[in-house]
Amino acid sequence: MKPSGNILFCGVGGQGILLASEITAFALLESGYDAKKSEVHGMAQRGGSVVAHLRYGEKVYSPLIDPGKADFSVSFEIMEAVRYLPFLNKDSKVVVNTHQIAPPAVATGKMTYPPDVLDGLRRQNISVFPVDGFGVAKEVGEIRTANVVLVGALSTFLPIEEEVFITVLKKRIPRKLDENLQAFQKGRQITAAA
Amino acid sequence: MTQVSTEKLWLSGNEAIARGAWEAGVTVASGYPGTPSTEILENLVKYDQVYTEWAPNEKVALEVAIGASFAGARVLATMKHVGMNVAADPLFTASYTGGRGGLVIITADDPEMHSSQNEQDNRNYAFAAKLPMLEPSEPAEAVSMLQEAFALSEEFDAPVLFRTTTRVAHVKGMVPTGPRSTGQVEIKIKKMPAKFVMLPGNARMRRLEIEKRQAKLTEFAETYSGNRIEWGDKKRGIITGGISYLYVKEAFPDVSVLKLGMTWPLPEKMIKEFAAGVDELNIVEELDPFLETHIKAMGISCLGKEKIPAIGELNAFIVKKSLGGNIGEIFPPVNLPPRPPNMCAGCPHRGLFYSLSKQKLFVAGDIGCYTLGFLPPLSAMDACVCMGAGINMAHGMNKALGEEGLGKTIAVIGDSTFCHSGITGLVNTVYNKSYSTIIILDNRTTAMTGHQPNPASGATLMGEPASALDFTKLSRAIGVKHVTTVNPHDIGQCRKVIKEEVERPETSVIISQGPCVLLPAERKRQKIPFTTSIDKCTGCSMCVQLGCPAIRWYPISPEEAKKMGKKEKQKGYARISVEMCTGCGQCSQLCKFEAITTVEGQ
Repeated sequence: MKPSGNILFCGVGGQGILLASEITAFALLESGYDAKKSEVHGMAQRGGSVVAHLRYGEKVYSPLIDPGKADFSVSFEIMEAVRYLPFLNKDSKVVVNTHQIAPPAVATGKMTYPPDVLDGLRRQNISVFPVDGFGVAKEVGEIRTANVVLVGALSTFLPIEEEVFITVLKKRIPRKLDENLQAFQKGRQITAAA
Repeated sequence: MTQVSTEKLWLSGNEAIARGAWEAGVTVASGYPGTPSTEILENLVKYDQVYTEWAPNEKVALEVAIGASFAGARVLATMKHVGMNVAADPLFTASYTGGRGGLVIITADDPEMHSSQNEQDNRNYAFAAKLPMLEPSEPAEAVSMLQEAFALSEEFDAPVLFRTTTRVAHVKGMVPTGPRSTGQVEIKIKKMPAKFVMLPGNARMRRLEIEKRQAKLTEFAETYSGNRIEWGDKKRGIITGGISYLYVKEAFPDVSVLKLGMTWPLPEKMIKEFAAGVDELNIVEELDPFLETHIKAMGISCLGKEKIPAIGELNAFIVKKSLGGNIGEIFPPVNLPPRPPNMCAGCPHRGLFYSLSKQKLFVAGDIGCYTLGFLPPLSAMDACVCMGAGINMAHGMNKALGEEGLGKTIAVIGDSTFCHSGITGLVNTVYNKSYSTIIILDNRTTAMTGHQPNPASGATLMGEPASALDFTKLSRAIGVKHVTTVNPHDIGQCRKVIKEEVERPETSVIISQGPCVLLPAERKRQKIPFTTSIDKCTGCSMCVQLGCPAIRWYPISPEEAKKMGKKEKQKGYARISVEMCTGCGQCSQLCKFEAITTVEGQ
């Protein structure tokens, strides 16, 4: 019997969340898991808070993660990591891109971006893994690989061989493959060292 | 994309429906984009041997489908739940005519209103129009069930409603696929007046056929493989269908379940057998007590909405909690600044809505990206009901207000929405002599649903060049004497034209012409972004009032202000993100201190 798990991907519409969740899903499928993924399209994509649910196991019924049941969360923006706290539990591992995007109320000066917002997770003893996705992406020479850096950071927690991810990246990333493979490796190193 | 092998593919519900339609031998498909149905036709167009099109609205799409069915083709019509309201007129009478080739109509419902103005439950249409309805639970089921839907349509001479919800349409899973088959009906002209001409005399005869068909469909439902009992623990039995089936299996893997793949008409004998076999009978369904009402009408006692919420989406957690399962402790949410969707940086609608926001008008709005003009800081929309309503609401208000209303109201509508159901409203406005001003927000595409071409875009779904509707000529042909085109990025021009036109005692049309920034051609366009000279910024916050995601306000303390060489009372400064800026220049027009210049000008 294969282990089951739930991964929540969240961030801001337009950040490349769907591609990251898609690569992870393909790696799970290649490893022989059943998987289901739920996305929301339409109005939610216009710069709003977005979330994708990815569930895997021997056999998956519901496409949605229940509150308290996300084993992993990958957030593309700091505050969004905290918005979905009710989906987490004390054993959840959270990979956070240390990137701020001001929501409208903050950008227009009506509210302030909450300082030390990740304390909201740490207070519940949730393990938080900050990743400078854009910094790493710049290092490898392709700013658009930030989402692959985050997938790399997530990958060390998953029951998937590194080689499977590499095969999937080779199959699914049409351009700048070398940069993407480097981005993936650097992402892995961050959580492997933590 | 023609492939004949049997393999498993990773597909969304909508991709699976497109696949299923292709495998079923569909040769014609028509629809109007609407979340969560849009991707069906966007994927079906990729297959060979299928003609696909975007119709201007759902009524047109269904009527196209009816015609294709009369000619013998297997045909698919797609729409979101509220689109079925638009298509309801042909729907109810197509139930009388039936067709020749199989006709399947997708209704994609949106419980929770992720991207909709209401959460109506379209299972009620199956009951009201006396039509069979099938509901898959997941993408894997959609492909085979869609083929059953076509067979059913031809066997029982009925259009078949095929209902999905957001969590079926936008869920991905592994899907078994097969080869393409062809419809059994010959494609040709066949005159069948008693069946196709719904004059009262013929319709009365067809009405009798519907009752016979309904009885036969009920018999069919008893043995249909999509309806099945999964016996488990008999202390509790749950009747469910669609996505709710998966939530039930997740929450209570051991209970007895009656899964209904066909949610209308219902298999009464099967339901009675199931009810008799369990101690407590629960009905788990999203939205309305549809199954519950009809099961209770069979004289079967059961628990439905007494326990399961009728509002919003369900999930396994809610099902478990509602039926007394153990859910454990959940972290409470943290109070954070909200992050609603927003118009993109450089969106042409922003300039127009900013101009509107300064004129204290009642803005009768419509459905599209521009509905976001409602949100602060623009806050420039005062009504939004359904596609095409804005023009008519403005007319109605003007008639109610009389002379008092002149110069105080305006209607806004997008190009796709105008083609959908705005044109007849404009005809009415002119015909019945309104002083309405109507702004057509022409961004050359159906933006909100992901850039589908429409009759004004100059291209078809299949990628062919097409005639592009000329709004100026159309408005003049309707009888509008005053038609002005504005550049929405030019705030001065917009304000001036809007002010002049709303005060005019005759109908006028303003065409706000600026392409969506997300269109491929616009993405490729070389952009010269703007930047802020922080030294010159006085913190007046004029640019911030645009609500552009590329502009951010940074608050500063009196000490910081002093250190920056600014007046101590300056509360902050605004900075443009050069990476996000598309160079539209709206903000630079608002800055009175020359703090905003192009990167080149610096």
